[in-house]
Amino acid sequence: MNIIRPIAATIIGLFLGLLVTYFAGENPLNVFLIFTTSGFGSAYDIGMTLTYSMPLILTGLSVSMAFKSGLFNIGAEGQLTMGALAAASVGALFTSIPPFIAPIFAGICAILAGGIWGGIAGYLKAKRGAHEVITTIMLNFVAAGIASYVTVYLLKDPNTQNPQTIPISPNYKLESFAFFDSAPVSSALFLSIIVAILVWIFLYRTPLGYEIRAVGSNESAASTACISISKTQILNMFIAGSLAGLVGVGEVLSRSECFKLDFSPGYGFTGIAVAFLARGNPIAIIFSGLLFGVLQKGASDLEIFTHNVTSDLSLVLQALIILAVSADGLWEKFISAKKVKL
Amino acid sequence: MDWINLAISISGATIRMSAPLIFAALGGLFSERSGIINIALEGKMLAGAFAAAAVTTLTQNPYLGLLAGGLAGMLMSILYGVFVINFKANQIVVGTAITILATGTVPFFSQILFQNTGSTPEIPIGSRFIYTPIMIAWALVILIWCLFKFTPYGMWHKFAGEHPDALQTSGVDVIRTRWSGVLVSGFLAGLGGATLSICLSSGYTRNMTAGRGYMALAALIVGGWKPITAALACLAFGFFDALGITLQGFQMPKPDFTIDLFNQIWNFFVSAQFIQIIPYILTIVVVAGFVGKSRPPKALGQPYLRNR
Repeated sequence: MNIIRPIAATIIGLFLGLLVTYFAGENPLNVFLIFTTSGFGSAYDIGMTLTYSMPLILTGLSVSMAFKSGLFNIGAEGQLTMGALAAASVGALFTSIPPFIAPIFAGICAILAGGIWGGIAGYLKAKRGAHEVITTIMLNFVAAGIASYVTVYLLKDPNTQNPQTIPISPNYKLESFAFFDSAPVSSALFLSIIVAILVWIFLYRTPLGYEIRAVGSNESAASTACISISKTQILNMFIAGSLAGLVGVGEVLSRSECFKLDFSPGYGFTGIAVAFLARGNPIAIIFSGLLFGVLQKGASDLEIFTHNVTSDLSLVLQALIILAVSADGLWEKFISAKKVKL
Repeated sequence: MDWINLAISISGATIRMSAPLIFAALGGLFSERSGIINIALEGKMLAGAFAAAAVTTLTQNPYLGLLAGGLAGMLMSILYGVFVINFKANQIVVGTAITILATGTVPFFSQILFQNTGSTPEIPIGSRFIYTPIMIAWALVILIWCLFKFTPYGMWHKFAGEHPDALQTSGVDVIRTRWSGVLVSGFLAGLGGATLSICLSSGYTRNMTAGRGYMALAALIVGGWKPITAALACLAFGFFDALGITLQGFQMPKPDFTIDLFNQIWNFFVSAQFIQIIPYILTIVVVAGFVGKSRPPKALGQPYLRNR
């Protein structure tokens, strides 16, 4: 049952989404083919699909990590902004750090920046009772404001009109693999998969992970078992934030080599879809992240190959998939109706 | 610089910028008072903004446009209501999905109607509003205040959000009350979007709400889920919005890294970027109970199960 529902939801989402393209005068089958095949056409295409998947896997992990302790992280967008900004600032300012150490240093800064951004929401929830949904949404805007200030006034790249920061020093750059042509696939990409596995081990094989899940499944029972709710919530939001912050490593150190304002097409929000489709399972998130990566890649090709359908279709699909997965009542009705028939 | 002119232009801009926020916040008030969290305001506003601009462009009648904006918001609300009320899906997840859905579908309709995913054609000055929606917004503030203060209909909403069981026991259907809250909320949020596209600007531009739905939600929280204080919060947020836009015209001295940290920090606090994030910081400060106390309805976010 656990695996049927997400798969059925994806199919429903795809079907309804493609039905919409019919009304735009496109052949849904054609759109479907572009969507599903453009991610694998060449080594470069595969590389781009993987590049799109990495941030989605990480933000998906971030959302589901928070959810394990019963918290909602709508703030992955702000956390990844802070992470990427930290990595880019460090890469532009501390140019004398030797290679090998430099990317690790930038990565730690990204983790800390994202973690602190998530941790603020965790602290306010645990100590002041502020609802984390509200605070994380608001922190997204605060992060966007700070990022905009830093990019426009402090670290503006003087050689371009685009709002982006000074390029990072070559010491920080992660080499792309030759196999994927010129797609920016570097060791950073595999980071997300390794992190997903680490998150699984952390949640299901360590005492701390157990405490987080205990708080999520029954707060009062956990508190009776001497688990500090507030400590767990703060720590949990810190980890969730740092997972989103890691997006900055792939984006800054291997893809754009600087912080670009508005580089994220809503990775943080897509992360909610990724996490829900995988029903919070870190290993399943790798696959749902890859699926959304394929959709994102396919969507970017739609603008070239069709007249009326644009990359926004991937947003429609995302929304439909979230709706289909989340509708508990709908599934109950469907399943109970089936039982009656039998 | 002529300070008096600046003050007049900023106060004018404040009143204009706050109007879409007031509509959306009042919309949020309706659904949140009856127990349904409304983080889908952004999506409903976006749908309303596009529908209003599209209908006004096609008919050259802004009143029809305004109505279409409201109905578009309501349409998004129907979808929202089906999922959160009937299917008892998580309100936050569905709310996010509705906003994503609106962001994705609007360019699509725009492409079909105007062969342009970015924006609708410019609406000539004669067929768009100058003041009307702003006056409607303030009239609604008073009306809705009276509604919640004096009428049973308003009372039902309060109870649906505070103590749904008591409401059900007294013979009023909670599900129906919540549905009416969600529908009115969508209509108002749609009007807010419409104000943005056919009163404050000359048509729809891509993602023109730019977080105003969330700002309206913030104003609602800062205003303690009450119509008049929420409207005042909208006015304050509109002021920061207007001030930020005015400040964007000023060129700040470009700092270089030999300048001391103090100057950097000072520069940040007088920048347009900082002014624009004040409403969000203020909201965090209020929900964290550092300043004032803002208490949400007790049953906010809980699906209501009939015949429990």
